[in-house]
Amino acid sequence: MSSLAASNERTVPATTKVIQPAWVRTMHWINAVAIILMIMSGWQIYNASPLFDSLKFSRSITLGGWLGGALLWHFAAMWLLMVNGLVYLLMGIATGRFKRKLLPITPGGVVSDAKAALTGKLSHDDLTKYNQVQKLLYAGIIVVGVVIVLSGLSIWKPVQLQWLTALFGGYDAARYVHFICMSAIVAFLAVHVALAVLVPKSLRAMVIGR
Amino acid sequence: MGRLRKLLIPGVDKQLLVRDATKVMPDPVRRRFITGGASFGALTLLTGCNVLDSSSAEEMLKKVSKFNDAVQAFIFNPDALAPTFPESAITKPFPFNAYYELDDAPEIDGKDWKFEVRGLVDNKKSWTLEELYKLPQVKQVTRHICVEGWSAIGSWTGTPLRDFLKLVGADTSAKYCWFQCADKEGYNSPLDMRTALHPQTQMTFKFGDEILPRAYGFPMKIRVPTKLGFKNPKYVISMEVTNDYKGGYWEDQGYNSFSGS
Repeated sequence: MSSLAASNERTVPATTKVIQPAWVRTMHWINAVAIILMIMSGWQIYNASPLFDSLKFSRSITLGGWLGGALLWHFAAMWLLMVNGLVYLLMGIATGRFKRKLLPITPGGVVSDAKAALTGKLSHDDLTKYNQVQKLLYAGIIVVGVVIVLSGLSIWKPVQLQWLTALFGGYDAARYVHFICMSAIVAFLAVHVALAVLVPKSLRAMVIGR
Repeated sequence: MGRLRKLLIPGVDKQLLVRDATKVMPDPVRRRFITGGASFGALTLLTGCNVLDSSSAEEMLKKVSKFNDAVQAFIFNPDALAPTFPESAITKPFPFNAYYELDDAPEIDGKDWKFEVRGLVDNKKSWTLEELYKLPQVKQVTRHICVEGWSAIGSWTGTPLRDFLKLVGADTSAKYCWFQCADKEGYNSPLDMRTALHPQTQMTFKFGDEILPRAYGFPMKIRVPTKLGFKNPKYVISMEVTNDYKGGYWEDQGYNSFSGS
């Protein structure tokens, strides 16, 4: 399957070389909308019973107005996030894209590419090839995405899916896992958006494909 | 909408841009790009209407919440028991929680109180507390999970609701048991019949082996460990077995009606 997809890509003429195929672009932007709705409504839900006394989210950056409204948003956007995410995972595996673009990741490669990035020596000439730091972050955020959905399900259904809740160390522990994953996604987003602005052609590729 | 579309890429005529762009594309790609563009336009139109106009956004969210009721009813396994805990795990002090202060909680005289049974039941007699205390009781130590996110483990003792429904000859093919309570503003909440018949759903008379204190719903609470806390009514005064969805105090304000754990 993966070799088939790879050979397909080679037959595409260089002038119309697609950096981000249409399915990746579509799902990327659906995911962007879903994740922002989930984070903003999630912050409002968090405020109803904060895990940390000193941390509450300002209402100006939350969605839903109150707990009930936020829950409606959260449990509506979750379908967008889950269905889109699931199809993305299946496509990523079936087309061989994950294997081709994100692997292998080596500790040495990550360290040397991180050094190159920080000293401004990392090239962005070929956007079809991810450097080792990108590979690590993109693979990592996919894993975080899977864990945040699973921990969310275990908070939502601690009786029906009690095996899953137990896997996270119980209901209360699952809430912390869910929060930590959210924090990781917010941190990723900050870096991701900053770099997209610094390398505008990467943003263009995610909009029009080339 | 026309003006809005032109503003999407400031300073660029969108139609010209699309025409130029499609020229350099091979045929099948060109077609897909155009249809893709059309559906993206439809999407912005859709989101423009649904997200910005708050009343239609609310309608959409309510519809999804109803869909989520159906999904949860489908997932609900009537044989799946809520996890139980040793007595040592009980949360102390167990939190008092309501939309009012403890001072405003109903003060009910157990001697005057009667539990009314209405609707699709054979025996509509009202029950005194003394009569109810004589029914066989069981104890459960389970986790109470609040819609707000916090949770606490408590010990509740009472009569399985399904035994009581059988005793009064309730039509268990009806859709709901609808509970009314003595809380100020009149608390009420519907419980779907499959959950009402769940082995752990209980008419609770004791908390931690003591007669249910005022804070936790004296004289009777309905303990439902497969539901969020707000679907566990306290200070219960009546139950109606019905096929009609009669709404509930929190459900009407937007909390998801099934709210299963």
